[in-house]
Amino acid sequence: MTRPRAAWWLVSPALIAITVFFVIPVIAALALSFTDFDIYGVADRHNVRFIGLDNYRRLLDAPVFWIALRNTFVFVIAGAPLSIAVSLVTALLLHARLARARAVFRTALFAPVVTTVVAVAAIWRYLYHGRYGMIDHALGWFGIDPIDWLGDPRWSMPALIGFAVWKNFGYNMIIFLAGLLGLPEEPFEAARIDGATRLQQLRFLTLPALAPTLLLVTILTMVGYFQLFAEPYVMTRGGPAQSTTSILYYMFEEGFQWWNLGFASAVAFVLFAIMLAGTLLQLALARRWSQP
Amino acid sequence: MIAPVRRIRTIRRTEPYLINGALALAAVIAVFPLAWMLSVSMMAPGEASSSPPPLVPASPTLASYRELFSRAAIGRHLANSVGLALAATVLSLAFNVTAGYAFAKLRFAGRDLLWKGVVGVMLVPAQVAMIPLFLLLKQLGLVNTYAGVLLPSLASASAMFLIRQYARGIPDELLEAARIDGAGELRIFWSIVVPVLRPVLVTLAIFAFLGSWNDFLWPLIVLSDDARQPLPVAIAALSREHAGDSELMMAGAVVTVAPVLAVFIALQRYYLAGLVTGSVKG
Repeated sequence: MTRPRAAWWLVSPALIAITVFFVIPVIAALALSFTDFDIYGVADRHNVRFIGLDNYRRLLDAPVFWIALRNTFVFVIAGAPLSIAVSLVTALLLHARLARARAVFRTALFAPVVTTVVAVAAIWRYLYHGRYGMIDHALGWFGIDPIDWLGDPRWSMPALIGFAVWKNFGYNMIIFLAGLLGLPEEPFEAARIDGATRLQQLRFLTLPALAPTLLLVTILTMVGYFQLFAEPYVMTRGGPAQSTTSILYYMFEEGFQWWNLGFASAVAFVLFAIMLAGTLLQLALARRWSQP
Repeated sequence: MIAPVRRIRTIRRTEPYLINGALALAAVIAVFPLAWMLSVSMMAPGEASSSPPPLVPASPTLASYRELFSRAAIGRHLANSVGLALAATVLSLAFNVTAGYAFAKLRFAGRDLLWKGVVGVMLVPAQVAMIPLFLLLKQLGLVNTYAGVLLPSLASASAMFLIRQYARGIPDELLEAARIDGAGELRIFWSIVVPVLRPVLVTLAIFAFLGSWNDFLWPLIVLSDDARQPLPVAIAALSREHAGDSELMMAGAVVTVAPVLAVFIALQRYYLAGLVTGSVKG
C-alpha cells in the first residue's frame, strides 16, 4: 500500500469519529441555541422554531443565570489560584534536597486526583457535616464554633473550593515537579557561591524559570474550574439558596430536567465563550510580560 | 556578628524537619479522607452519626457492604463500570494510536491543517456538544444503551496529542529501513511502531480507563435506566436518597474508588510520565 493511502486508513477512523460525535454536535449546538427546542420539540421536530437571539436575551434577563455566573467566577477566581499555590508549594517541598521518602509522599499527595469525584464528594459531605463532621470537630479544638458548611449560603462555596483544591492539587504538583526537575544546575550553583539565600534563589531563579509551566498550568486549571458540576450536584444540589449553582449545573437543569434544550445550548455557548476569552486573555498577558 | 550565624545554623538544623514535617502534614490531609472512608464503611449502621465522630469502628463489620450488594444491587453497577471502562480503553487505543502515529510520522495532503483542527477541538469544552449529541443518539435509538455512553469517547484530541508527541521520537531511519526491505505501511505499524510505542500505550490505556471510570455527567445524561448505570451515577443517586446513611455511602465510595486507586498505584510510573508528556486528561 502506498504511504498516503495508508496514512488515510490510519487517520480517518479517528477523524470521522471526532467529526460526527464532536464537531458536528458543536455546530448543531450553536444552531440549536437560536431555536425554541423544548419538550415539544423532543416529541416532534415540527414544533421547533427559529427564534434568533431570544434565548440569549432571556438568558441575560434570568436572575439565576447571573447567580450561576457569579458563583462560577468565585469558584474559578478563588479556587484556581489557591489550587495552583498548593500545587507549587508541595512541588517545591518534594523537590527540596532534604526531602525524604519522596516516592511515598508523591503517591500520597497525588492519590486524590485519581479518585472519582462523586464518591469522594460523598466523603467530604460527611466531613463537612454540621453536627457529626470531622472538620467542625477539629475546629472545636481551636475554640471555633461549628459551621454548617454545606447548609449555610455563606460557607457552601468556600466548602466546595476546599474540596476541589484537595481533589485537584496533585495534578499540577506533578507538572510543576517535572518543570523543577528540568531546571539546569549551574545557575543555582553560581547563586549559592555568590551567597544568595534559598528565598532569593526561589524568587529570582526558580519562579522565572517556571513561568512557561505556570502559564500552561493556569490555563488548564482555569478551564477545568469553569466546568464545575459534579461537586454541587452531589454535595449541595446547587443550594442552599442557589449559592452553589454553577453555569454547568444551570445548563444541566434547564436542558435535562426541564428539557429546554435550545435555551440550555445558549447557556453552554456562553460558558464556552467565557472560557475561550479567559484563555486568550491569559495568553495575551503572558506575551506582554515576556517581552518588556 | 555571632547571632545571625547562630540563627542560620539553627535554620540549617531544623530545615529537614520543617520540610519533611510539612510534607507529612500535606500527605495526611490528602490521605485522611480516604482512610476515614474505609474506616466508616466498616462501622455498624448509625455508628458514624455521633459526636465526636469516631475514628475507627468499635467492632469492624461488613454489614454495609452486604446491604450495598444485596439491597442497592451495587454488583450490577460495578460490572457496568468495569465493562464500560474496558471497552472505552480498547476503543481509545484502536482509534487514537493509529491516528496519532500517522499525524506524527506519515505525510499526506492536508495533514498540518487537519492537525490544527484537532488541536482546535481541544479548546472546546465537551459539554457544549452534549445536547445535540443526546438528540443524535435519540434519533439512532441509542439513548439508554452502553453504546450511547461509549460513542462520544471513541476518538479524543488529547489522546491523539499524547501519542503524536511520543511517536515523533521514532527515528525515520527505522521506518525507512523497513520500507526498503519491502514492508507495507500497515505491517510497519504493527511490527515496528506498536512495539516502540508500548510505554505510551500503557499510559493511554490508564488515562482512558480512569477517564471512563470517573466520568459522570455524560452517563448521567444518557443512562436513565438504573440497571445500566455505572458506579458514579449509581452512587450519586444513592447519596441523594440515603444521605443520612453514612456507613452505606462510604461503603459505596470504597467500591467506587478502590479499583482506580489500585490501578494508579500499580501503574503510576506510566501514568505520571504521560501526565507530564501531554498534560492531558481523559
